[in-house]
Amino acid sequence: MSAPVKLNVNGLPVEVPAGASVAAAVAQLTLQFRRSVSAEQRAPLCGMGVCFECRVQVNGVTHVRACMTPVSEGMQVITDA
Amino acid sequence: MPDRYDVLVVGAGPAGLAAARTAAAHGARVGLLDAQPRPGGQVWRHDVRRKAPRAARDAIGKLQGVDVLASHSVVAIESSALRVETPQGGQLVAYGSLILATGARELLLPFPGWTLPGVTGAGGLQALTKQGWPVAGKRVVIAGSGPLLLAAADTLRKHGAHVLGIYEQAPAASVHAFAGQLRHWPARAAQAIGLRLRLAAVPYHFGSFVRRAHGSDTVQRVDIDTPTGTQTVECDLLGVGYGLVPNTELAQLLGCTMDYPGPHPHVGVDRLLRTSVGSVYAAGEAGGIGGLAVARLEGVMAGHVATGHSMAAHALLPQRDRERRFGTLLARHFALHPRLHTLADKDTLVCRCEDVTLGELEGFSDARAAKLATRCGMGACQGRICGTALAELGRFPRSGARPPIFPARLATLAGLTTLPSDDAYRGS
Repeated sequence: MSAPVKLNVNGLPVEVPAGASVAAAVAQLTLQFRRSVSAEQRAPLCGMGVCFECRVQVNGVTHVRACMTPVSEGMQVITDA
Repeated sequence: MPDRYDVLVVGAGPAGLAAARTAAAHGARVGLLDAQPRPGGQVWRHDVRRKAPRAARDAIGKLQGVDVLASHSVVAIESSALRVETPQGGQLVAYGSLILATGARELLLPFPGWTLPGVTGAGGLQALTKQGWPVAGKRVVIAGSGPLLLAAADTLRKHGAHVLGIYEQAPAASVHAFAGQLRHWPARAAQAIGLRLRLAAVPYHFGSFVRRAHGSDTVQRVDIDTPTGTQTVECDLLGVGYGLVPNTELAQLLGCTMDYPGPHPHVGVDRLLRTSVGSVYAAGEAGGIGGLAVARLEGVMAGHVATGHSMAAHALLPQRDRERRFGTLLARHFALHPRLHTLADKDTLVCRCEDVTLGELEGFSDARAAKLATRCGMGACQGRICGTALAELGRFPRSGARPPIFPARLATLAGLTTLPSDDAYRGS
């Protein structure tokens, strides 16, 4: 297995296996991915890019589906953005 | 510069992989695009900790002469071309023939507590787990309907989860009758026996369904209706999915005729997988839920037909028809009980994008009117979750697809080939 990937979620370091999703990296720390229009905390539902509940900010780009985005070294992820 | 392919395949699951490989073997220039970062689709989704099954490795490894366009989301159609969005920007991909192998998604039904973090689809939890979602040592309840529940439980256990139980809504008699029929499909029977043996330690309950999930920040316990009364189970994760529905948005946008065997549409095709639109074909789950074997066979057939080799496709029809009968058997034995239509109460959110409750939708008999008045279905998922659920609940059918079929950046829609980051728009 290749070396784990180190990234940053809400300013905290996280390590996940290569090929893991941003969703998996966020879930190491929190299940609060986004805030709904009535301020409920939400987390991934469908796991396959359909429901958009897992949206986070990745390297400054908002509304990125965490379940469909592979992690990369040094990535900066912000939840509830 | 726009790329043009003789055959463009949308969806890199088993059907799309087979279609692309077959079309390429006939000498066509083939593009295979998928919104996901890796080919495999849902059933052959890459697992970060485990080796892929041999069939998946073969299908993905033997794509000589095929351009694999990963992380390409189709957002709109143009004349014999698709407007796609990639992490790098928008793009136009032109085609001679188009094969829709868009697969299926899970049917997710609203119930009190389903918006709590930690509540996912059953296949959804399996997909997340394969991509590294932390489940080791977690107490997991798997519920809903269909054989996918067993596959999900198996993956979860292989990743170290403690699966407390599988709760199938179909009654025991129906599931046992289904198992009895499996002898007509020996490969499937062997697979089912293997799964049951690996899951021997996991209780498999029938005639049971999750009524409510409780928790503050995340799910902590679930109420489950069983034939012998209500059980409360403490858990860390709940995966609940009620089978599959075909992804038809792109086909609808293209104007393909839909078939409605029940509340959910699938793409209408003839014996050679031709849709009602010229040079557009559909293979696998898009044309009705049939499973892996159907997807692989129809993928090959579509690859033949799209390159003018109809005779070769014809030869596969008896085998395909036989496998399609398995889909019919599944649908019959795992038919959803009408009581699942009453799980959501008036305060349950149905539209999770716009936070619209079932109560707010009282009195509406049409998706468009409901959307205009309540914003139901107007959010990022574009009604894929709530519209499908409301159709299943018998409220009103989902409205037709309009572009963009997935949320897209304005730059993509404007046809730009480079995409500035949000920072550029903020001037930072």
